[in-house]
Amino acid sequence: MKKELFKFGAFALFIMIMPLAFKGGYLMNVLIFVGINTMLSIALNLLLGYAGQISLGHAGFFGLGAYFSGVLTATYGWNAWVAMPLAAAVVGIMAYLIGFPILKLKGHYLAMATLGLGIIIYIVFNETVDLTGGPSGLSGIPNLAIGGITFDSDVKNYYLVWSFALATILFSLNLANSRIGRALRAVHDSEVAARVVGVNARLLKVQIFAVSALLSSLAGSLYAHTMTFISPASFGFNFSIELLTMVVIGGLGSIYGSFLGAALLTLLPEFLRAAHDYDIIIYGALLMVMVMFMPGGLVRGIPELYRKLLKMKRGSDHA
Amino acid sequence: MQFDQILQYALSGLSSGAIYALIGIGFSIIYNATGIINFAQGEFVMLGGMLTLFFLQLLKAPIWVAIPCAVAASTLGGILFERLAIRPLRQPTPINLVIITIGGSILIRGLAMLLWGKDTHAIPSFSGDEPIAIGGATILPQHIWILGVTLIIIAINKYYFYHTISGKAMRACAYNRRAAGLVGIDVRRMVLFSFIISSAMGAVAGIIVAPLTMVAYDVGVMLGLKGFCAAIIGGMSSGIATVVGGLILGVLESLGAGLISSGYKDAIAFIILLLLLFFRPQGLFGKAESERV
Repeated sequence: MKKELFKFGAFALFIMIMPLAFKGGYLMNVLIFVGINTMLSIALNLLLGYAGQISLGHAGFFGLGAYFSGVLTATYGWNAWVAMPLAAAVVGIMAYLIGFPILKLKGHYLAMATLGLGIIIYIVFNETVDLTGGPSGLSGIPNLAIGGITFDSDVKNYYLVWSFALATILFSLNLANSRIGRALRAVHDSEVAARVVGVNARLLKVQIFAVSALLSSLAGSLYAHTMTFISPASFGFNFSIELLTMVVIGGLGSIYGSFLGAALLTLLPEFLRAAHDYDIIIYGALLMVMVMFMPGGLVRGIPELYRKLLKMKRGSDHA
Repeated sequence: MQFDQILQYALSGLSSGAIYALIGIGFSIIYNATGIINFAQGEFVMLGGMLTLFFLQLLKAPIWVAIPCAVAASTLGGILFERLAIRPLRQPTPINLVIITIGGSILIRGLAMLLWGKDTHAIPSFSGDEPIAIGGATILPQHIWILGVTLIIIAINKYYFYHTISGKAMRACAYNRRAAGLVGIDVRRMVLFSFIISSAMGAVAGIIVAPLTMVAYDVGVMLGLKGFCAAIIGGMSSGIATVVGGLILGVLESLGAGLISSGYKDAIAFIILLLLLFFRPQGLFGKAESERV
């Protein structure tokens, strides 16, 4: 556990001094998204990587958080710090309630059901024009503020978003190493076996689903307040797939892997400007290649590859 | 609400329902032979429409040449998909299969966008656009084509599954893959067959619906999901139950769009899907089965 804390400290330090390297600039904005996507992919990873339950509708929970915060603050003038936890609580409770019937399903059926849920949420964003502004979006969402500081620049937002992201990482590392984390992994390996040794698998799955939705909602609120504008296009099926890609590329069941996947997939399109519309092809190809050749994700795949190369080299030396 | 109007909605619902049924049967055939829900099923529907357009423009071929070419090319796509993505999978867990078929579906969609652009294209109707009046409502000749072709395909399917050796072998795989293998059925070949049949059926569905709805690189997503919904209503049967499922879905959707709100039209299918999965995952007509561990 000490080693784990040391690792986290080093990582947090790395994140905190990052802005010094860029001194503001455009890339800061991208790094804010890396933070938000890290929260989201960790949220999905808790469900998919630890409990082994797939969700293709997480963009919906992300969007619900963003719209709850956005509508309450921009339209009704609520304090953002009241709206955000309220949104997270409501989304968490919603996920908890829908979790009971939806997590009875397994594998492909669960994938389809969560996909359908995500699309229903997306349609509601588009159709409730009076509330959400419909397809043209909701603007005028205020920035967050503490005391006299308003988070209105990229650098300030970077620290804001990353404080939440680091807290998410710490929370998830703790969760993963706790009794609950071990129970989740047991459910992942064999639900029946887990139940036999006294794990309430059904309740546990629903709880982790709710926690995952709650974290996604928090990320959504942060997204709304840093962007100050939201539209349904950001919360569609494609984004759910993008999140899935992040988790799979980074490594199922690895918290830092989720950061790696989020960072790669958020930065990649920035370096592939010319291929802007075609990044979706790259996601598709990446998903297939990873599942086929590196099912453990980059976090496990790269050390394995390294060992293999080392072995091959030694083999050729002996010959 | 007038009777004429309801009849009109019901009639147009039946033709989209027939399309959902064809796509749904495609889902069921693969599921029954392999236990996989093929998330790329909708992309073969898209490929059918887009390839027809491609052959029409490229070869300047008449539509009767373009259609078989498009079906053949989509089927080739299905074979490649099975060979390159499904068969080499080292750890075929349900989650990996979901991820790989989603990856495949995105890849196919992206390639279609790369090749043919993002525009929506029209395809000429098979036999004119002269509306036909039926008791106060009107339908297009294309609607009749859709219903007719669907009927023919279902009949061929029935014949294949009940009266040919390979069809019977596929049914054996659906009942119990291990037992089928023990009596000498080449299960992997049956898996390939299931992909061939369902990609061809998907392509046909995409082609016959294209003159009504136009085609674009991304039409496969919604059509695929609704086809899956039809299959769920039918309890993943590759026969008449899924056809009924598709028709029910088509009519409900069309009535809902007409009577409630057109904006929520797509949501109707998904609400039905969720309710069924929650309360009757064995389908509307099936008996509950206990799960094997």
